[in-house]
Amino acid sequence: MKQLTFDAVVIGGGAAGMAAALELDARGHSVLILEREDTLGGILMQCIHNGFGLIEFNEELTGPEFAQRFEEEVGSRHIQASLRTTVLDIREEGGLKAVYCVSPAQGMMRVESRAIILAMGCRERNRGNIRIPGTRPAGIYTAGLAQRLVNIEGYIPGRDVVIIGSGDIGLIMARRMSWSGCKVHAVIEILPYPSGLTRNIVQCLNDFGIPLHLSHLVTDIYGEDRVEGIEVTPIESGALMHEKAFKIACDTVLLSVGLVPENELSRNAGIEIQPTTNGPWVDSALMTTMPGVFACGNVLHVHDLVDYVVEEARRAGANAAAWLSGYRPAREIRAKTGSNIRYVMPMRINPERENRLYMRSLVVKNDARLEVRLDGNVVKSRKLAHVQPSEMLSLTLIPEDLAAAGRDSTVEIALV
Amino acid sequence: MRELICITCPMGCHLAVDTDERGEMKVTGNRCVRGEQYAREEIFNPKRVVTFTCAAVLPDGSVPGPESNLPRRVPVRTTIAFPKERIPELLGALRGMTIRLPAVRGSVVLKKALDTEVDVIVARSIASE
Repeated sequence: MKQLTFDAVVIGGGAAGMAAALELDARGHSVLILEREDTLGGILMQCIHNGFGLIEFNEELTGPEFAQRFEEEVGSRHIQASLRTTVLDIREEGGLKAVYCVSPAQGMMRVESRAIILAMGCRERNRGNIRIPGTRPAGIYTAGLAQRLVNIEGYIPGRDVVIIGSGDIGLIMARRMSWSGCKVHAVIEILPYPSGLTRNIVQCLNDFGIPLHLSHLVTDIYGEDRVEGIEVTPIESGALMHEKAFKIACDTVLLSVGLVPENELSRNAGIEIQPTTNGPWVDSALMTTMPGVFACGNVLHVHDLVDYVVEEARRAGANAAAWLSGYRPAREIRAKTGSNIRYVMPMRINPERENRLYMRSLVVKNDARLEVRLDGNVVKSRKLAHVQPSEMLSLTLIPEDLAAAGRDSTVEIALV
Repeated sequence: MRELICITCPMGCHLAVDTDERGEMKVTGNRCVRGEQYAREEIFNPKRVVTFTCAAVLPDGSVPGPESNLPRRVPVRTTIAFPKERIPELLGALRGMTIRLPAVRGSVVLKKALDTEVDVIVARSIASE
């Protein structure tokens, strides 16, 4: 078995992995990126629509353009990347980290390091996750799989399409399929409001006259060999209105019903997973419960903008470099969720450093206020014109904000 | 009257666009001046950035086979927003096109597409092997 040694190993060569690797390299540490696909870039390579990079590059790029800017930077710094490489296991051996992986070119490999960055991204929820009744014919795809088929493999998955769920990938695919000459008959959303961004509702549905059925549930899928149609039932006051159910004929169903961080490797390694995010528990340095193992990007929590992924990944890379150089936080205080906040990331705050926090709202609200309370006292607050669960919130806490913090202090983030 | 949702910021104001007694355009429902600008642009001159893919062909003119690690589609984009009502025509032109590998990001696929000021360019560099 081939043996390799690096200061740090990055698992996953998407936006997060590349940004973290660049940061480690810039601080003088040797780093290896392990990537399962044929190219670096991750999911961005199939996201051919534009809208990426407004924060990072101050322009609107397509996914491949955004990814290749990072890929070129990785190449110009001679950072090593092992492509077509699948990681099988992460272990602690002899006080070091060992990553076991396999590739067609190298066979089994064992890569030893002192730090690991988890950047494996997320996976789509599928039909089994949302338990749609009915037959099991061909023609049912997750939206991201259909996106890969259309944009990279060059196949059109069907002609008459219904999309279940109003997540952004489903909306983007509604436009993509329409532009490919397919008919998108409807988008069905169980919630009373869309899960995707407003600009995608406008430009991917309204532009094509595609109806969005809010508060509706798909209650049956018909068809033997191929999908022939679905049954849709309205929800009123929380109850299914069976007498108002209707059918839509289609040969293809796309599912856009949420994303889940991909943490099979983390779980197998014994890393603690947070139920609110489905990502690893992390401290103020984005370090997991396995010392020296850091997490960033969609494997940590699902982001809506790659710009935020890159920002977070740079911090993970810089923190891993600091950890390799022996830095340990003197103390950390707890961060917790207050009213209307689903989660705060990370869950620990270092009162002696700048802390960048990400939050998600539980509610749709105009004229809201984000409050930071240190042991009950408001130390920072910000007015927000509009909040909704699909748009991530962020704020920065500096040491002065936390000057009054004691040993057992708690920071609470609330939306009022 | 026409109803629009402003997408300039995440607020998503629901705009109502009407003409007043003197025939001037009147926008209501916007919380700021950008809403009115958005409505004006959207009514008189709607444009969209178009992103699409073209078929990839190898240097010998063949299509990458199933055993190949190469993608079979090359992503392309308009350099700037393109007149909305002419998008179907643009897609028709792109649908029949092939792009020979290696593809170079930024290289022009269609210069001044359909006699507009907009070019269509390659959005991803792809090697030929």
